[in-house]
Amino acid sequence: MKRRLPWILMALSLGLVVAGLLLGEYRAVLEKAVTVCLDCIGIG
Amino acid sequence: MGILSKPRRKRIWYQALAALGLNAWLPNWLTGQIYQGNVKGVCVPVLNCYSCPSAMGACPIGALQTSLAGVRLNLAAAEAKFGLYVVGLLGAVGSVVGRMPCGWLCPFGLIQELAHKIPTPKLRLPRAFSYARYVFLAVLVVGLPLLVVDQYGLGQTWFCKWICPAGTLEAGIPLILLNKGLRGLIGFMYYWKVALLVLFLGWMTVSRRPFCRAVCPLGAILGLFNKASLFRMAVDDEKCTLCDKCREDCPVDIKIYESANSPDCVRCLKCLDSCKFGAISYDFLAKHEASRDFRIKSGA
Repeated sequence: MKRRLPWILMALSLGLVVAGLLLGEYRAVLEKAVTVCLDCIGIG
Repeated sequence: MGILSKPRRKRIWYQALAALGLNAWLPNWLTGQIYQGNVKGVCVPVLNCYSCPSAMGACPIGALQTSLAGVRLNLAAAEAKFGLYVVGLLGAVGSVVGRMPCGWLCPFGLIQELAHKIPTPKLRLPRAFSYARYVFLAVLVVGLPLLVVDQYGLGQTWFCKWICPAGTLEAGIPLILLNKGLRGLIGFMYYWKVALLVLFLGWMTVSRRPFCRAVCPLGAILGLFNKASLFRMAVDDEKCTLCDKCREDCPVDIKIYESANSPDCVRCLKCLDSCKFGAISYDFLAKHEASRDFRIKSGA
């Protein structure tokens, strides 16, 4: 089981990535990332 | 000692190259703008502010908070985006190498290691501080963005807004210096974040990577994978003499002989060179049976 755990976690993670992509999360992250984050720089 | 024996002696150069690679759009340092290419939707597995003028990727902690801040079941404008893509990417990296990106790729980790080289009195960080990063993760990254709403019914990125010194250093100060349009917006929050950054910079000079150990929510997430990743550290209890030389050289000040795959370990592999007895090793894909944790037996 201990040897399989990383592979199980990886499969679950890749499943989450695919689900996120299908929900359009890449576009959402991109939209946030290409705009100056006022909170991050301390003027939000 | 394996294929990583040569790179680990030049780790600082890998850290510097990673910092440059993750922030490669250098012309923006002249214009005060941020990079806006399509690849910027890819989350990097390190704390690198996406508002740094030259940042090529997205900060996973910022992206995760933004996703959670937009999850509202009772709003027509709410978004059904739960941060699955971000969590999945971090899980994929974590399941292979655990917290290794912290030790080899993170620009803010590099800054802390360089700051610690400044000759000042040194202070050991109490072990209890390492639990604080889980509080920052649970409260400021997940809880408050999800539960507290502003007048428009949306959440905020609490960690970015109130704490993140990487954002202040990599984006806040450069953008304010380079972009005149933003200067008029400076207020209390900006001074708060700069003061916090100064505090962290001072702390870095006296303690080893204090932000990574006590605050970083990304380190908290990746560290959880250390015990369950394909890359694993191992300590041979037959060879270990408990001389503590590994801890003296460790950038995060851990006793690897107590827990070889501790969530605090950034897997820089410096301890492999520190140990003169060859007691510390690493394993990938569980090729060797030596891939196990070693704990001091009671009374030893």
